[in-house]
Amino acid sequence: MNTSEKKKLSIISFSGDFDKLVAAFTLASGSAAVNYEVNIFFTFWGLNAIKKKKGRSFTGKGALARIFGFLMGGVNNVPLSRLNFLGASPGLMTFLMRKRNVATLKELIEASIALNVNLYACEMSMHILGMTKDDFIPEIKSVIGVANFLQYSEGGDRIFI
Amino acid sequence: MVTKQLDITKEHCPMTFVKTKIELSRLQPGDLLEVLLTEGEPLENVPRSATEQGFRVLEIIHVKDDIHKITIEK
Repeated sequence: MNTSEKKKLSIISFSGDFDKLVAAFTLASGSAAVNYEVNIFFTFWGLNAIKKKKGRSFTGKGALARIFGFLMGGVNNVPLSRLNFLGASPGLMTFLMRKRNVATLKELIEASIALNVNLYACEMSMHILGMTKDDFIPEIKSVIGVANFLQYSEGGDRIFI
Repeated sequence: MVTKQLDITKEHCPMTFVKTKIELSRLQPGDLLEVLLTEGEPLENVPRSATEQGFRVLEIIHVKDDIHKITIEK
């Protein structure tokens, strides 16, 4: 194996929209496959992609946070950024992706995990929503803030999705 | 030494080289991976990304129509 210095890509996953998550995980898995070190920093709506409970559930601490947690849902509820049609479109899009043999969001997430993409949750957003690290999938490496993100992503490309 | 086969003729970017990389990561040094792939993006990128990562592309054989077989040594 080539042990020379790795190129690095760090993605800030903010939106939590289905299509933007597909873009983030496509870039992440593709880059990891060609030997990039890849970091994804999930913040705000992006946290929906990494919740342990993939459907709607009252996660978080405090009544308001739990209502937000329910309304936001998990990775199975993420909406399309356009033409969402009351939540029907992500399912239709996944059907089309399968039909055309294109990797689904679930497959892209699994591939990213298999290729050791570093997944981080944003500490601030987590606190707003009254969540803890235990509310996220176990593959989340740690809960970090801006200073850590800057440190981990230093010397590579940073993109905001 | 083990020789494994992988068919990515039905896959699209990025799963062509993602699946190749995942399969290579499961092999031991010296093992071989035979990959069936199509012309275009997979035939251009899979051998190139394997070479860039220090693996050896031993041969590229035209199988039929637009399908090729490449053999990679880990």
